[in-house]
Amino acid sequence: MDLKNNFLKKTGFNWGLPLVIFLLIAFLPLYGSSYNVTLFIYFLLYMTLAVAWTIFSGATGYISLATAAFYGLGIYAAALFGESMPFIFVIFIGGAASFVLAFLVGALTLRLKGIFFAMFTFGLVLLMKEVLYWWELTIESVRGYFVVSYSNNAIFYYLLGLLLVTIIVAYAMSKSKYGLALKSIGENEEAADHIGVNVTLVKITTFAISATFMGAAGVIMASKLTYIDPVIAFNPMMSFSPALMATFGGMGNLYGPVIGAVIFTYLQEILTTGTLKSYYMLIFGSILVVTIMYLPRGILGLFQQLWNRFRRVKSAPTSRG
Amino acid sequence: MEELLNIILGGLLIGGIYSLISMGMSLQYGVAKVLNIAHGEFLMFGAFITFAMQQAGINPLLTIIVVGPTMFIAGFILYRTVFTTIRVRSPNPGVFEGNGLLAAFGLYFVVQNIAVLIWGSTPYSYRYLTTSWDVGGADIFANRLVAALFAIAIGVLFYLFLKSTRSGKAIRASAQDAPTAGLMGVNINFVLSLCFGFGAAMAGIAGSLFSLCYAINTTMGLQQTLLAIVIVTLGGLGSIPGSFIGGFILGIIGTAVSYWQPGLVVASYYVIFVILLLVRPKGLMGK
Amino acid sequence: MHLLQGDKVTVNFGGLVAVSEVDFYTDTGEILGLIGPNGAGKTTLFNLISAAIKPRSGSITFKGKNITGMKPYQVCRMGMSRTFQTVKVFGNMSVLDNVRLASLFGNPQKPSESEATREASELLEFIGLSKDAYLSASELTLANQKRLEMARALAAKPELLLLDELMAGLNQTEVSDAMEDIRQVRDRGVTIIMIEHVMKAIMSICDRIIVLNYGKKIAEGTPEEIVKSKTVIEVYLGE
Repeated sequence: MDLKNNFLKKTGFNWGLPLVIFLLIAFLPLYGSSYNVTLFIYFLLYMTLAVAWTIFSGATGYISLATAAFYGLGIYAAALFGESMPFIFVIFIGGAASFVLAFLVGALTLRLKGIFFAMFTFGLVLLMKEVLYWWELTIESVRGYFVVSYSNNAIFYYLLGLLLVTIIVAYAMSKSKYGLALKSIGENEEAADHIGVNVTLVKITTFAISATFMGAAGVIMASKLTYIDPVIAFNPMMSFSPALMATFGGMGNLYGPVIGAVIFTYLQEILTTGTLKSYYMLIFGSILVVTIMYLPRGILGLFQQLWNRFRRVKSAPTSRG
Repeated sequence: MEELLNIILGGLLIGGIYSLISMGMSLQYGVAKVLNIAHGEFLMFGAFITFAMQQAGINPLLTIIVVGPTMFIAGFILYRTVFTTIRVRSPNPGVFEGNGLLAAFGLYFVVQNIAVLIWGSTPYSYRYLTTSWDVGGADIFANRLVAALFAIAIGVLFYLFLKSTRSGKAIRASAQDAPTAGLMGVNINFVLSLCFGFGAAMAGIAGSLFSLCYAINTTMGLQQTLLAIVIVTLGGLGSIPGSFIGGFILGIIGTAVSYWQPGLVVASYYVIFVILLLVRPKGLMGK
Repeated sequence: MHLLQGDKVTVNFGGLVAVSEVDFYTDTGEILGLIGPNGAGKTTLFNLISAAIKPRSGSITFKGKNITGMKPYQVCRMGMSRTFQTVKVFGNMSVLDNVRLASLFGNPQKPSESEATREASELLEFIGLSKDAYLSASELTLANQKRLEMARALAAKPELLLLDELMAGLNQTEVSDAMEDIRQVRDRGVTIIMIEHVMKAIMSICDRIIVLNYGKKIAEGTPEEIVKSKTVIEVYLGE
């Protein structure tokens, strides 16, 4: 029991409830229907993307619109290498390729004002789509690839594993001194620079790490698609959804993007199979706009504000020095 | 040689439209401090309104009288409601820039969806002033010439407005230092919304002019926004004259690339972007 | 060799020359004052020294090394810290973490996490903020935020500390406390350059004073010399 208490104290985290939820999810393919497994695949995917996005954009405030570019890169990695290598290798390749791309993009733009980063990442998806489209048309005269497909259950477990790794890395980072440095960059970059934080390197590295998970996710999901081409692989919507989920959920901690992912994946499921099918981009876009207007810290931020106010009202006023 | 002339002339002609698009975006970012990712969607809407009216029998050039003010009002209202709320609630300009960007991203999807609902995803085009003249071996199409002249005229008019009128001065003051301008009696909320509206109007008009010469479809906005971003960077963030010149430069480059490899036009924009970021991020005329 | 030396340092913003051919130096153990009317270029000079901006021409040497063109974090790790005119604490982080961060990243000896916590606690004790260690920095009063900034700057173990208008917005008592803090910091072996408008503080603490006006250095000397200087009096009364 002492070990458990030490563990709890050291990590400051109540592992009870999440552990139960995790076990429930982990055993889903055994008791759930195929439909449910597929649904949860999307839950896991978007949770991974939203958390990965938050690792960088949530901490620093630099809004990355390039998620779809790394995700698409992962899909293409699966297409190119999926038949010749074990799947786990392909995942690493996809992740590594995204890391490198993100590092280059970061090295180019993150040493400049934040707006350049936004502008560059915004067009990145379109760029990759166009270049690959041109490449396939002109150089290879073959459009698209067929991808090795794996069973639903296999994809489910790969994603679950990826989500776990993503969350563990995100959590470890936030508790480490790099997490602190990252937070300070989001608070006041100039001050962080002046107290010895190599601001540019921290930003670039964090961005690259977050991209790695996005690429890995793309590799895994590619096997659900069976056929891919540049238009399918590079879809701006994949940049939008994680941003929406993280913003709505709240970027202050890891729960926010997870909750946001669950809500919007479910909403997406409902909307795309109902009468509102052609309206769902409109609805989601509007939700994002309204969220930013009135709930910039997301749902979780709102709860935190209310909780703080509640706490302050309860305790007696302390004298200030 | 003929080809070169074709490229330069063709580039200059489309450059007129490009200049207009990017001046609009420069205005929105330089003054209203919003990187309007949905800028291309205003362009697309302008193009489609013109198309719809043209199909109903109205001269497309006349439709500008409708498109301009309509887009202006839409932009004004959008800024007055959405972005002003965000601006007022942002603790500092950096946060506003980030939140404004996300909001514009959301708007991109909203406007896209609306357009697709109304018009679907197929391309449309119409024929207007398709006569052409032979100038030294190169072809000049009447519609492209008219479009370019209109674009340049509007751009120059707006620039004169900024330089000489009181409202223009208020705008320039707000661009430099909004809080101080506010203290000196400028109604900041109004001026910033005005600028955003102007920017949207320019995008819409550029779209109308675009439809005179080229086919349009509901997904055309993204590439135009990206182009505007590169031009604005090339000209210098916040510099309206810079965007004007940059538009022509990129018109020529874009035309040249589409002669050589039409599928690499976006890639060529990015090459320029990368070079700019490496060598001179503040562009030609940036401060 | 001077601890810090600047030769003909110049920088301009667009058409405006903010700092024009300014020579300066400071020696170990000194408290150097930097004064001048608003807009004279004092903070700009600080920005040049801390490498936040690059000079157009001229050079700056710190501990014998040319630091022109370095990044602020590099200069910090060499042993220079600063505070800011508008307080730049990390509002949503705890007071303790604000200081710990500087210790973890700015201290060239690279302390471990526990060492950094210990050093940060000591500094908070020194500056009088121990009881607020777990508050968010944004919850502190202005005077305490300024103290926090100083503690944070000290956590990087600087040999040279730049203080930018530490006393702006403080009342009489707070000014006296701040003056005492500065003396104690100097006694700990830190050289100090301070920008200040509060004349009482400048005159009583500083060993030497440099006066700037419109980006140019117009006077330099001991407090007594400066007080008597005709040029300086003109600048302050004629404005």
